[in-house]
Amino acid sequence: MDILVILQAGVASGTVLLFATLGEILSERSGVMNLGVEGMMLVGAMSAYSIAVHLGNPWLGLVVAMLFAGIISQIHAFITITLHADQVVSGLALTFVGTGLSLVLGEGLNKAGTVALLPTLSIPLLEHIPVIGDIFFKNHSIMVYIGYLFIPLTWYFINKTRPGMHLKAVGEFPAAADSQGIKVYRLRYLYVFIGGMLAGLAGGTISLAISPGWFSELTTGGQGWIAVGLVIFAQWNPIRAAAGSYIFGALRRLVLDIQGPTMLLGFANPFFYNPYLGFFLQMIPYAFTIVVLVIGSQEAMRKRIGAPAALGEPYVRGERGK
Amino acid sequence: MVDGNPLEAAETVVKMRGIVKQFPGVVANDHVDFTLYRGEIHALLGENGAGKSTLMNVLAGIYRQEHGHVYIHDREVHFSSPRDAIMAGIGMVHQHFMLVPSLTVTENILLGLDEPRFVMNLDRYDQAIAALSEQYGLRVDPKAKVWQLSVGEQQRVELLKMLYRGAEILILDEPTAVLAPVEIDELFLTLRSMVANGKSIIFISHKLNEVLAISDRLTVLRRGQVTADGIPLQGITRRDLARLMVGREVIFEFEKQAHATGDDVLCVENIWSKNDKGLDALKGVSFSIKAGEIVGIAAVAGNGQSELAEVVTGLRRSSKGTVRILGEDFTNSPVRRGIQFGVGHIPEDRTHVGTAPNLDVTDNVIMKNYAREPIGHGMVVDMGAAHSFAKDLRALYDIVVPNIDTPVRLLSGGNLQRLILARELSGNPPFLVAVQPTRGLDVGAIEGVQRLLLKQREEGAAILLISEELDELLRLSDRLFVFYEGEIMGEITNVHTNDDELVEQIGLMMTGTRMDELHLETEGASHHD
Amino acid sequence: MTELSVKPGKKSFFPYRIGLEPRMAQVSSWLPASLSLGAVVVALMIGALILALGGGNPWATYAHIARASFGSLGVLSDTLVKATPLIFIGLACSLAFRMRMWNIGAEGQFYMGAFGASAIVLLPVLPAEAPRWQFLILMAISGMFFGAIWGSLPGLLKAKFNVNEVISTLMLNYIAIAFCNFFIFNVWSEGGFQMSPKFPKNSWLPRLTDYASTVPEFAGLTTHAGFILAVLAAVVVWFILHRSKWGYEIRLVGDNKRAAEYAGIRISRNIVFVMMLSGALAGLAGMSEISGVVHRFQGAISPGYGFTGIIVAWLAKLNPYAVIPVSILFGALILAGREIQPSGIPKMIQGIILVCLIASDFFLRYRVRIRKQVEA
Repeated sequence: MDILVILQAGVASGTVLLFATLGEILSERSGVMNLGVEGMMLVGAMSAYSIAVHLGNPWLGLVVAMLFAGIISQIHAFITITLHADQVVSGLALTFVGTGLSLVLGEGLNKAGTVALLPTLSIPLLEHIPVIGDIFFKNHSIMVYIGYLFIPLTWYFINKTRPGMHLKAVGEFPAAADSQGIKVYRLRYLYVFIGGMLAGLAGGTISLAISPGWFSELTTGGQGWIAVGLVIFAQWNPIRAAAGSYIFGALRRLVLDIQGPTMLLGFANPFFYNPYLGFFLQMIPYAFTIVVLVIGSQEAMRKRIGAPAALGEPYVRGERGK
Repeated sequence: MVDGNPLEAAETVVKMRGIVKQFPGVVANDHVDFTLYRGEIHALLGENGAGKSTLMNVLAGIYRQEHGHVYIHDREVHFSSPRDAIMAGIGMVHQHFMLVPSLTVTENILLGLDEPRFVMNLDRYDQAIAALSEQYGLRVDPKAKVWQLSVGEQQRVELLKMLYRGAEILILDEPTAVLAPVEIDELFLTLRSMVANGKSIIFISHKLNEVLAISDRLTVLRRGQVTADGIPLQGITRRDLARLMVGREVIFEFEKQAHATGDDVLCVENIWSKNDKGLDALKGVSFSIKAGEIVGIAAVAGNGQSELAEVVTGLRRSSKGTVRILGEDFTNSPVRRGIQFGVGHIPEDRTHVGTAPNLDVTDNVIMKNYAREPIGHGMVVDMGAAHSFAKDLRALYDIVVPNIDTPVRLLSGGNLQRLILARELSGNPPFLVAVQPTRGLDVGAIEGVQRLLLKQREEGAAILLISEELDELLRLSDRLFVFYEGEIMGEITNVHTNDDELVEQIGLMMTGTRMDELHLETEGASHHD
Repeated sequence: MTELSVKPGKKSFFPYRIGLEPRMAQVSSWLPASLSLGAVVVALMIGALILALGGGNPWATYAHIARASFGSLGVLSDTLVKATPLIFIGLACSLAFRMRMWNIGAEGQFYMGAFGASAIVLLPVLPAEAPRWQFLILMAISGMFFGAIWGSLPGLLKAKFNVNEVISTLMLNYIAIAFCNFFIFNVWSEGGFQMSPKFPKNSWLPRLTDYASTVPEFAGLTTHAGFILAVLAAVVVWFILHRSKWGYEIRLVGDNKRAAEYAGIRISRNIVFVMMLSGALAGLAGMSEISGVVHRFQGAISPGYGFTGIIVAWLAKLNPYAVIPVSILFGALILAGREIQPSGIPKMIQGIILVCLIASDFFLRYRVRIRKQVEA
């Protein structure tokens, strides 16, 4: 059990959470909570892998994954934005649809054999930095490096650009945005779409890079839900989202690796001698999500910062906002 | 100013002809004509629900009319969104500010504009906005976040937003409703400087004094129809305006019977409490109310009066001080204890606090007594008893509703308020808190509600009345406290209506002058009107 | 007051305008039911379209589902068996959703209920020869107890720390399943198989086939007493919601939390209690499944009952009585679904049904008017 290996793997598997969390942040910033992340990720993972199997091009797979997930996200957009339905129930429905659809279309994919995956590479110069280079810049899938770029870009987009300002306005006070001629519905559709595309990208990153293959629902194993929880912990801030994602990634890896050694902290490792205790290790990421939620909710209450004010509220022109 | 605008020579900037706008069940605008000249302040007067805001929302591109035509500078326009109206030079300042609290002043002003295109170079725009605010005397810090600003400052941001967009026609929807008297004077000065710069202003109001003070011409709406079309103000009296607006000669006066009052019912001592932002909203407030007495609280919105209502009903914790009701300690007691005491509470927000919109009339009227005999026994609610209770209240308080199993979201504002009154008054509460009990109601409904409150007073209830309508406070209250920033500025024991000096005193106290400092202020105070 | 233009007027080009108005009058009682029915029909048609696009024959698939679930007394009985846990869970969700507590954790509560019921037999709490009534009562209590604990946890987190219950209940599903797997694979494993030993007959809920000696038609019918229990539970839940003080509080909190506070209702307490009862109902579903069908503790005892229950509750419009027929329909879908390939089809159809249902609610709130554009 090598701590460097765990951290390195943590960054890799955290990249999946990162994409999904950033996507959900953008969607929620516009005022639409989309609980369908898990379903969209499954659709993304399935379609990316399927394209790679049938056409041999993983990049094309990623593009299709993003488009497909983006398109099914529009079901949720239509129901919640145009039809003003409850976002929680609609998000659940999207999870069902996405999961079912990926199972139907992904039938038989698990027997596909070898598949062209996304390339792995190291960053010249940076990889030689001690520790940091090993963890962040060596032998990672290219998706990990793309993930690094997404963090500052998303932050900059939200905080320093005109469309980012409009995004915040639509999520905080849609009536005000509307009164200045900003198309509230159009922007909400757009950001739900972008959120869906990023969830699809997260799915494709699993099946074509981080843990390649199609294992039906087990492909994502609840990471979509963890991403939704991370958004609250991140308090809708991309930088905090990145930190949370990588910590979670490392935790997932730690849970796997902890069963390896015979000795643990100088004691006989119980997880080695009774592998069934591993079921308790499996619980850790999920339990940790709850802990993180408690922390995030408490902090938000104390600092009186919270979700975008209009999160979860359908916008109807002429009905007074808050 | 009226003389400066000879009507024949004036240039028409807005012409609306035959505007019809319907909402389900109501004709909000019924063939309305409206004309605005360049460089005038034109008042649009009418009661709540007369169709003023609807008409202006049509002009601002928010609603679309079913019939009729809108001309700007004599060219017909078809706005399909607010953006189109902004492009045509029309800017509307809504009653509820359209500002995003988490963005800065500059960001709010830039919202929706084509410049900057992508990257925002905020520093540069901060300077431009500082310059603009200098030009019109609208002082505000461009870098401040909107949630940090006072209500008056936020209004200035709204005005700046319109000016920055090059608006030539400004629509102000009830701009004085949220302002203290001094701020109102400042606003009027600003408006004067704007028309001097060639802007044209539409001033929506239902307050006669203000309309007389600021406008050049006026249009009056009543139930969606025009009763006065752009008449000049010379020779117009308050009485004329009232008749045009309400459609009957006199504004009702009550015979408030003087009668002996009883023991203290509510006794509040040195109460401190925090608002939702964690700041002190009440700072050591003490007073008491006797049985058979109405005590009014006069204050500009946000000076602690809402928090006071919540503290005495148990909805908000006090950090210091004591509340006693009927001699018993009630400090920080849960709401249900107050309900058991029979405390009645007419909340400020009828739809979000006072009722459950999707539950039916029966479920809504038993909200306070579902746990008590005869409706609740043991763990069970006796629906038969609840239904007959609901039917009794419907008849007694004249709630117009086809069925007691109708969801209350289908009730009109007046009926909803009668339902709340029925529920809160049916138990003959010894103590009643009424917050904005007549807000948004039409004249008939207002009269009804006020009569019910006076009847409770005669039956010996102690009533805490919180209202932003000074007229209402003066008409109903036996005593009056003026609040400013969570403190009592003074107590008025001798309440009369139609006492201009009293109104001026209250106005000064509402802006932070203590009663014992009043004589110093009055000498230097400017007399507007 | 709202005005929404779906097709904003291209005046001369499109002479009609589709206007949407909020419904201001009370809707007649048949409208919600017929809209829901319409939504299900539309969903099945969309499902058929997807099946056809995937190269399958949708009508054959649907005919197969109908035959395989209602075609004979035997399969009808199997359908009722599948419907039983759905009724319990549909009730659990209806109750929680009434208070706008999104309990997505019925799956985990179901597993914990199954665990609790099994523990009575496997620990063992009762000797194998104990009388049936003792077994059944203790198993039911234990199942409800563990379900209630699992439900009240997210309730407490919500009440104390304002933790989003959607995510916490979901996370607890994964934890519950891992927890049960530990016992199935390790503690109670029978000879290394991933299941416990078979329970003694005394711990089984009575089935119709048990009475085949008196009524020969019952031979082979597996419908068990859990179904009757589920119907009774529906009556109890209806009574709680509509005739008790607590139910009044639940409905008030669910419709307007601030009004409930204003009416002096203790919201935190209600959140915890409602989640507790919701969990107990889901736990009872686990007990009934273990004691009525599986007769041992093992993995994969739920084909997603916890999630299907959500759709059941929604389709039943949170009405406890309507939960029963809706559960039978979905029981049929699950039963037939086992034989349908690919295996994701039932899940997908369930999802589409839910989507169409939520969409159809729109027409309960808004009236669509097609008006001719009038030129003044």
